Parts: sequence; C-alpha cells; structure tokens
Amino acid sequence: MQILVNGESREFKADTTVADLLRELDVKPDRVAVEVNREILDKGAFAQRSLREGDRIEIISFIGGGQPADQYRDVS
Amino acid sequence: MEFTEDQITRYSRHILLPEVGGKGQKKIAKARILIVGAGGLGSPAALYLAAAGVGTIGLIDSDVVDLSNLQRQVIHQTPDLGRPKVISAKEKIQALNPDVTVLTYQDRFTSKNALELVKAYDIVIDGVDNFPAKFLINDACVFADKPLVHGGILRFEGRVTTIVPRKSACYRCIFKHPPPPGLIASCQEAGVIGVLAGIIGTIQATEALKLILGIGRPLTDRLLDFDGRRTAFREIKTRRNPHCPLCGDRPTITELFDHDPETCAVKVTSNA
Repeated sequence: MQILVNGESREFKADTTVADLLRELDVKPDRVAVEVNREILDKGAFAQRSLREGDRIEIISFIGGGQPADQYRDVS
Repeated sequence: MEFTEDQITRYSRHILLPEVGGKGQKKIAKARILIVGAGGLGSPAALYLAAAGVGTIGLIDSDVVDLSNLQRQVIHQTPDLGRPKVISAKEKIQALNPDVTVLTYQDRFTSKNALELVKAYDIVIDGVDNFPAKFLINDACVFADKPLVHGGILRFEGRVTTIVPRKSACYRCIFKHPPPPGLIASCQEAGVIGVLAGIIGTIQATEALKLILGIGRPLTDRLLDFDGRRTAFREIKTRRNPHCPLCGDRPTITELFDHDPETCAVKVTSNA
C-alpha cells in the first residue's frame, strides 16, 4: 500500500504499524513526534496503529539543539 | 504620538507599504517584544526588529560573549568578547536605532521569573538553544496568553512556528516533553551552519511584525522546516492536540516548572 511519509509516497506491506515504519526507516521513537493525518499520535499507540492506504505520516524531529548531557547553557 | 521628520524618513519604506502605513508604523512603535536568548536567533531578530522601530525590546540572557559565538551571533563583535551578551546587544540596537527602548535582564530564564517577564511584553521570541528552556518559554506563553514565535536551528536545519495560545497548536501539542538529555545533539556538540541563525531569526522577526500589524497569515498550526543543504522548505501542518498536557482538554501541567537535565529523563515516560 502507498503511504505518504514526510510528503513522499512510499510502499509498505499490509499490517505495517507506525512502530514498524519507524524501525524500517531507522528512526528512534524517542527522537521524534509522529503525526498521522494531522493528528499527533501518542507514543504509546505507535505499535498499535496500523498504516492504511493513503495515510499521511509526518515524522517530526526535534530541531533546536539539545542541551549537552553534562551542561545546561542558555543560548544558541 | 506623532513621528518626527527623521522618523518619517527612517521608516519611509515601511510607511509606503499599504499594509503598514503611518498607522502600522505606530503600532510597531508601541510594541513590546521579549527576545529570550541574545545568541544565534536573537541576534538577527533583535537587529531587524530594532531597525523596524519596535518600541521596546526586552533581552534576557545570562551568558557572556564567547569567541565560538561570533560565527553566527552577528549582534556581537570581536571587541565584545567576555562582555555580557545583553549589554553587547543593547549597544548595537541603540546605535542602530535610538528610538528603541532596550530592557536587559542578565539572568537565566527560569520558572521563577518566566511568567512575570512574559506578561510585561506583547510577543515573545524563542532564541534559546536548549529544550528545557524552549518548553518553559512555551509554557509561560500559554499561561500568560502571549503569542510566541518559536525557532530552532541545528546543523543544516532550522524550524520556525508561531504559537497563539489556545488558538493554535503549542509546542507541547507536538512534543509533550523534551527529549531525554543527550539524545539530541546540541549546536555545541554537533555544530550549526552560521547563516541558519540569520534565516530562521529573520523569519521569526517577520512573524513578530505580522502579529503586531495584524496582517497576512501567521505561521500558526504549521511548522516551517528549512533544510540548508537542499535549500528547501517543508511545511508540516499541525493542529491543537486535545491530549496536550498543557493546553489540551485535561491539562496535567498547571504551573511552570524547569525541566532540568537530571529530571528530564525521569519525566519522559511512556507517553512522552
């Protein structure tokens, strides 16, 4: 089935879940938010939500610089 | 208030725009904008907003100018090394446009001072580089009901979005909590192409001016992502999330708090 991932059409086999999709794309769930048809999907539902033909998936990564693990600075 | 001859000349290219005019320029002159962080994003935002004639610009930053800042933090210059960023920035703003009142806070933006600061301004610009502060700015703006122009940069990528509390998606509608510490690299660790600060910071300034003037279509319910390698923008449509812990139907965040590196990991639970 055809799924739109970040605006690009991609082929996935039936019964693929959002968690599977992230695994296939080598995206760590901790590092992103996932929107399915404009609704933010709760991380807890990644493994439950199966993809459906025509779904529009947006994988939204954090942008902005994370704080270094050992330091907490104020300014970019 | 009336403009002097010099002010009419200074702002003539604005006044010529039908969407601005003398009336709009007066709105700009009365506006109060808080810029959190006088660094990469705050530099261009502050300079352009000052040039535009924004009446009051607040700057909060606890840092001093470091040599590694000068590759992108264009409001600071080599002779400013070691000086407080808010002082360095204030001087440049005042040299550029003495019409602007600059209020400086050489302090960290924390849950203790956030609300009081944000309440004193009309619009807030996020110019910080760390997620705990980004979430705190978002929370403070939602509690104070102040529009926020969010921005972020890392490596070759940048993002801008405008948040009008309870009318459009807030940052927590998309990301409930910051990522666990160390999971997402910082500019300090991963680097950032300096010009990105200019691209994203000036879009933030554009958004702030549009909000002041009430013109155009704000960047609400949209994340505008920029990829500097491909020179391409991507727009992600968002909407308010009824499960948002801050502005959703059953909020669990009812007061300001600081996400700090130690507790961040603990707070990020299964539904983060």
